[in-house]
Parts: sequence; structure tokens; C-alpha cells
Amino acid sequence: MNLNFLYHFGRYLILLRSALTRPEKFSMYWKETMRQMNDIGIGSLVIVGLIAVFIGAVTATQFAYQLQDSFVPAYYIGYIVRDSTIIELAPTITCLVLAGKVGSNIAAEIGGMRQKEHIDAMEIMGVNTASYLILPKVIAAMVVIPMLVCLAAAISIWGGYTASVATGLITDVEYIQGVRSFFEPYYVFMMFVKALVFAYILTSVSAYQGYHVKGGSIELGQASTQAVVYSDILILLSDYVIAIILTM
Amino acid sequence: MIRAVNIKKSFGGTEVLKGLTTTFEKGKTNLIIGRSGAGKTVLLKLCVGLLAPTSGEIMYGDTNFSQLSKRDMRAIRMEIGMLFQGSALFDSMTVEENIRFPLDMFTNKTKKEKLDRVNYCLERVQLEGNNSKFPGEVSGGMQKRVGIARSIVLEPKYLFCDEPNSGLDPKTSLLIDELIHDITIEQNITTVINTHDMNSVMEIGDNIALLHQGRLAWQGNKDMVMDSDNELLEEFIFASPFLQRLRKAAVGK
Repeated sequence: MNLNFLYHFGRYLILLRSALTRPEKFSMYWKETMRQMNDIGIGSLVIVGLIAVFIGAVTATQFAYQLQDSFVPAYYIGYIVRDSTIIELAPTITCLVLAGKVGSNIAAEIGGMRQKEHIDAMEIMGVNTASYLILPKVIAAMVVIPMLVCLAAAISIWGGYTASVATGLITDVEYIQGVRSFFEPYYVFMMFVKALVFAYILTSVSAYQGYHVKGGSIELGQASTQAVVYSDILILLSDYVIAIILTM
Repeated sequence: MIRAVNIKKSFGGTEVLKGLTTTFEKGKTNLIIGRSGAGKTVLLKLCVGLLAPTSGEIMYGDTNFSQLSKRDMRAIRMEIGMLFQGSALFDSMTVEENIRFPLDMFTNKTKKEKLDRVNYCLERVQLEGNNSKFPGEVSGGMQKRVGIARSIVLEPKYLFCDEPNSGLDPKTSLLIDELIHDITIEQNITTVINTHDMNSVMEIGDNIALLHQGRLAWQGNKDMVMDSDNELLEEFIFASPFLQRLRKAAVGK
């Protein structure tokens, strides 16, 4: 088990080392990075937006329920929704969902190219496939996913507003007062750190799974599943590590 | 010229190539033939660096290819074109984009120069006017020709073809063979073809290497095949009673 982990970890590092080399032609990498930004960013807008609305709505509704008949002021609902969204829910839930959507897509795309000998064909042309196929995805994700997370946080706060104000749990003045109270800009920094780290994890781990796939369609499916599972585990683990480091 | 010198290759405990030495000559179509499992594909993959030999050397001229770093290997690979058994065309790109890909990646040509080169290659493989089609929209034979066009677009010094005729009808096979042979002579390149096709052996076999159980069993050219007394060659080439009868009629053996 440990040896297997070390084998994969070593191979992962070797792949990353190959990926982090000078591009053969900058314009080709730029084009590919733009394409990936579009696929990851625009392609994930709807699902991220939808999830964010419900994260905010559920957080607001549940806290409103817990705070009723207590001495805690009602405007605290806005404050709790804002902070829980920014610090934890927006980056973590968004990236867990993106690990499923983007991660499995990356593993399947690269794995399919491996099986159809596209990667071999590129290698023989002289292309550094580790770099050309992985680097643009990682860079695109690290640019676009923090933007998505930021958007998710904003939508989530709006979702909390809609759920709590529209249903009469609190007034809009109270909710907005809560959202504007005790604001710590450092939490936004934490959100971006998490988003960057999670984006890196979900793309590089998924690319690794796809790049080394062997066998047929069953193995490709397994690689795609493993990409999501390992990405999710590593995202949760790193979430904890980041929480410790940034709150020390 | 490419030389494989005392090449050994093992997978796990199984030795697929057992000290094979052979030469692939410049300006000739060099054929690797042999029964399934003889080690043909492994030899081809060793030659292009997709596999590393357990021991032995692959020499490109005076350069020991198998000892090169990945970076130096890439420099030689830019002089290599390869046609894959399944063509390995990028299916989300059009025919034109597939052929243009190496030009986009490795040259600083203008758009027009690239298009001219792509059109020349398409014309060379008799596929002019098919620029905007996707690989899925053309036949297997056409896909092979697109694969050839892509492999020659950077004017390689070495051309490798893995089973170029597999899955094709005899007439299309002949067309592909002629195309590869003509390109080899025109551009004076070293072409290495891994094949099962006996028509290819007899039509374009300038230099033929017969592999048997990981060793070189016979080497010669198409004119030497008919007169050879090598039992393994006879067994392989004239496997069917029909071919045996043909041979008897031709040379009386």
C-alpha cells in the first residue's frame, strides 16, 4: 500500500517536472490555455451558479431556524452566510463539484488520447506531451477557478438573501447589515488561497490519472472515477491543512 | 540509415527481442515482417523511442538514440514521421488542422505558407479538396493517407509505418504501398514499415527483415524471396497453398 502510494507519488512528480518545461511554441500553448479557460470557466458557470444559490439559501434558512427564539440578533444570519460562504463553502463545495465535472473530463480527454495513440503521435512529432496537454489545463484552471469561486461566493450571499428575506425570516435591512458587519478582508485572501490550491489539485491529479491510463474503456472509466475520488480526498485534506496554516 | 545493434527487450520476465541486429537503409523501403508476437511492433517502438531497450543500441547515423535524454530525443524526433496502425488522427480537428499541427507547433511559417504546404501534402496523397472534413467523415484508406500527409509535412528524414495496410482492401493497400515507396525515393528518406502484407513484401520490399521469436531470421530484398531456402521465410511468405502453387509455377520449387 505504502509502496504503491510512493510509486504513484514519484510518477506524479516526474510528470509534473516534464510538464513544467519551456513550451515548444508559446502561441500554441496560449491558444490551448484560452480554450481550456473557456471550457472550464464558461462551461462551469451554470452548475457553479446553481450550487452557489442553494448553498446560500440553505445556510441562511438553517441558521435562521437555529437562531429563532435566541438572544442572537437576526442580522447575524447575513454575517454567518457571508463568512461561512467565503471561508469554506464557496471554495470547497465549488471545487469538489468541479473535481467531478472538470476533473473527470480532463482524465477522460487525456486518457482517450493515450488509448487512441494521439499522445504517441505527438511524442513522435517531438511535442512534449506532458507539457502541452497538462500545463495549459493547470494554468487555465488556476486562473479561472478562483474567479468562479469568487462568483460563487457572491451568488451564495445573494441566495441567502433571497431565501431569508423573500420568505420573511428577516428583513432586507437586517440581512444587509449582517453581510456588512465584522468584515475581515483576510477571509477573502483565504478563499483565494484555497481556490488556487484546489484548482491545482483537481487538474494535476486528473491529468495524471488520464496520462497514465492503460487498457480499454473500463480502465478509462476507472481512471476518470479515480481522478474525482483522489481529487476530492486531496481537496478535503488540503482544506484542513490550509485552515491550520492560515489560522495559526 | 538506422541500425539496431544487439537489441534486447523484456517485459517483466518475458524477453521479446533477444539480441537483434539489423540495418534500415536510406532511400529504401525497409520492411519488418514476421508472425504475430515476433517482436515487430516492439522493434518499431524502440526505433522511435516510445520504448527503451533493455540493452543494445538504436543508432541514427552516428547518434545512439536510445542513450539520449528526452530533450535530445525530441530533436531527432522532429526528423521522424510516423504513420500509426489506427492513423492516430486527432478526431476533433479537421484534415487540414491535423496536417497543419506539426507546422503550427514547430515552424514560424505564415498562414499562407502553411496552407500551401498542407495542400501540397494533400495533393501528394491524392486527397486535395478534403481540407475541412473530419477524420470520422472519411474512409479508413483516406485516414491512412491523411496520416501519411501529416507524417511527411515537416519533410522528415525517417518515416515509420506501423501496419499501413491493416484493414484495407487490396487495391487501397497497393495505393498506400506505392505512395510510401514513391515518397521514400522522391525524398531519399529511410522508411521502415512493419507489415503482415505479402503484397507489400513482393512490391516494395527493398530491404526485408524477417523476425522470428525475437531474433532476425532472414534479411534480404524482394528479389531474393523467391529463391530463398530459408525455411522460416518460406513458412511465413508462402503460408497458403495458393501462394505455394504460385511459387511452384514461378520458380519450380
